[in-house]
Amino acid sequence: MELLKKIEWCPGCGNFGILKAFSTTVDRLENEGIEKGRIMVVAGIGCHGKLPDYIELPSFHTIHGRVLPALTGMKLANPDLYPVGFSGDGDAMNEGLEHLLHAAKRNTDVTLFLHNNGVFGLTTGQFTATTPRGVKTRTTPYGNPEEPLNPSLIALVSGATFVARGYAGDMKQLSEIMYQAIMHRGFAFVEILQPCVSFNNTWDYYRKNVRKIKPAEDFDTAISLSRDLLNTGIIYRAERETFEEAMLRTK
Amino acid sequence: MRKVVRGFYAIAEAVRLSRPNVIAAYPITPQTEIVENLAEMYANGELGDAEYVTAESEFGAASMVLGASAAGARAFTATSSQGLLLMTEVLYNAAGMRLPIVLVVANRSVSAPLSIWNDIQDSISVRDAGIIQLYVESNQEAHDMLPLAFKVAENRDVLLPFMICVDGFKLTHAYEPVDLLDQETVDKFLPPYEPAVKLDVNSPVAMGCYAPPPYYMEFRVAMECAMERASRVMLEEFERWYELTGRNWGGHVVAENCEDAEVVVVAMGSVVALVREVVNRMREGGKKVGLLKIRTYRPFPSEDVRKALENAGKVIVIERALSIGAEPPVTADVKSAIFGLDAEVYPVVMGLGGRDIPRELVEKVIDDVMEGKVKPEKRFEGLNEFEEVIP
Repeated sequence: MELLKKIEWCPGCGNFGILKAFSTTVDRLENEGIEKGRIMVVAGIGCHGKLPDYIELPSFHTIHGRVLPALTGMKLANPDLYPVGFSGDGDAMNEGLEHLLHAAKRNTDVTLFLHNNGVFGLTTGQFTATTPRGVKTRTTPYGNPEEPLNPSLIALVSGATFVARGYAGDMKQLSEIMYQAIMHRGFAFVEILQPCVSFNNTWDYYRKNVRKIKPAEDFDTAISLSRDLLNTGIIYRAERETFEEAMLRTK
Repeated sequence: MRKVVRGFYAIAEAVRLSRPNVIAAYPITPQTEIVENLAEMYANGELGDAEYVTAESEFGAASMVLGASAAGARAFTATSSQGLLLMTEVLYNAAGMRLPIVLVVANRSVSAPLSIWNDIQDSISVRDAGIIQLYVESNQEAHDMLPLAFKVAENRDVLLPFMICVDGFKLTHAYEPVDLLDQETVDKFLPPYEPAVKLDVNSPVAMGCYAPPPYYMEFRVAMECAMERASRVMLEEFERWYELTGRNWGGHVVAENCEDAEVVVVAMGSVVALVREVVNRMREGGKKVGLLKIRTYRPFPSEDVRKALENAGKVIVIERALSIGAEPPVTADVKSAIFGLDAEVYPVVMGLGGRDIPRELVEKVIDDVMEGKVKPEKRFEGLNEFEEVIP
C-alpha cells in the first residue's frame, strides 16, 4: 500500500514502524477480500494523530481523547465497517480514559491501537499517565511524583476480549498482532511500545529488553502477563457477545 | 526590572509573584509553556507553599482549581482552545459558586478543522459564563493584569472568576521588553487571600447546592449585580496600580484620536497594536481616524464605548471570532452600546485560525470605509477565493 508523502514525524520516530506495520496489515486484509473502504481510521490528538494524513483510507480526526466514542458510533451506524482507532497515551490514558473502560465493557467490535511513548510528544515533552514515576519531564522537572498506568492491564480488567502489546521496533510481530486484532470479533486493544526519539528515547532499552510471550490460557495468567511492561505479543483473547449483537438481539 | 522575555514567562512570573496556593493545568498548545515555566519555578522551590498539579485533562484541571478555591486557596490555571471548551462546564460552576479563580487563556482557534493558530473564538465562546474577561495587547499588559485579576476577583463585592485573554503565539511566544514586577510591589498591592466563605469543618457550608425554581433566578441575578460592581472595582484597582507602579492602563477601554474622528476602529487583543500604528500613520496623512481598544469585554463597558463613539460617523469593528448565524460578537455588543446614535457600524472579520492581518489590509479596510466603497454589514477580509462545495 502506498504511503502519502510529506511525513512530519521526527526521523527515528516509533510511529514509522507502526504506520508500516499497519499498511502491511491493510494490504493483507485487502488481499483477503476486505475492501479498503470498509476500514475506517480514527485518530485523536498527538503525534500519532497525523497517521490518517499519511495513509489512503477513509479517516476521521477526533478531538483529544475521543477516539473510542467515534469508533463506537461508526460501528453502530454501519456494522459492515472495520473501525480502527489510533490513540496516544496522552490521548487515551489521560484525557478520555473513561471511554476505554466503557468500550471494553460493552465489547464493541472495534480495534484500538494505543501508541504508548510515555510522553506528550506533540506539545514537546510533558509527562503523561504512562510516564514512569521519577522521570523528569518539562512539567515534572522535579521528577514525576505519580505511579504510571498500565494500559493493557486496564483494558483486561475492563473486559476487553482481545488484549495485546506490540513494539514499534518489531514490524513483523506488530503487523500480525494488528491483523489478529482487526479480525477479532469484539473489542480489541493493542498497546504499542513506542520510543519517542525527541522526548523519551527508549529504543535501546526496548531493543534489549522486550520479550515475546504466548497468549495466556486463562484470565488470571493474562493479568500477570500484562503486568510486565516488557511482555509483547497477544496477551489474551476470549469470545463474548459484542455490543452490536446485543443491540440487534434486543431490538 | 526591564527584561526581554517571552510572553509565557512574563505571565508565569506574574502568577508566581501573586503567591498562588494551587496551580493545576493540562498541556495544550500554545498555553503549555506558561505552566511549564511554573513547573520549573515549583521545582526550583520558588513557588512558596504552592502546590502544582498536571491534571489528567482540562476538565480535571478546572475541577482541581475549583476544589482548591472552594477550600480557601488562591488558585490559578491556564489553557487554550479545546482545553477551554472542555473546562467550560466547570467554569460555569465556578462562576455560580462565586469562586475567584484566575485563568489565562492563550487564545487559539477551535476545531474543526483542527488548527493550533490564533483567533479568539475560544474565550469568546464562554463570554456568558459570569467570568470577567480582559483582552490584552502586549505581554507587559498581561504581566500587570495578573495581580490585578486576583485582587478584583477576590474583592468581596465581586467574587467571580477572572480570565485574562492573551493571543496565542502572537503574544505568548513573542519576545518583548517587559518591566517585570518585584515581590515587594506585588505584596503591597495584593494582600494574602482571605476567603469570604470556604469549606470548613468548623463552619460547614454547602456549595453548588440544589436551587429549585423559587431560588435559582436570584442566584443568577446576584452574579449580574457582582459583575456590575466588578466594573467599578476594576477602575479603582487600575488607579491604585497607577499610583504604585506608574503604569496607567486607563480603564476598560482606551480611546485614542476619537474626539474628531470620522472613522473609529474598534479592536481587542494584540491586533490593537497594529491598528494603532496604522491609525497614527493615517493621522499624519491628515485622515481623521481613531482607535477604540476594548480591554474589558465582560463586564462590557457600554457607557465607555458609547462615549468614545459619540462623534464617530463610522465605526469599524475588527472581529477575530464569529457567532455563526448572527452579528459577530463584539459588533453585537458595540451596536447595543451605541443604540440610538447615528454611527454606521462595519463589522470586519479577519485573522481567523491564525491568518495574518497585514498592515496594508487594515489600511485598506479603513480607506474602503472612509471612501464609502463598502456597506455597513458583515464582511470578511483576507479571505482566499474559494468555492464552497455543497455535497
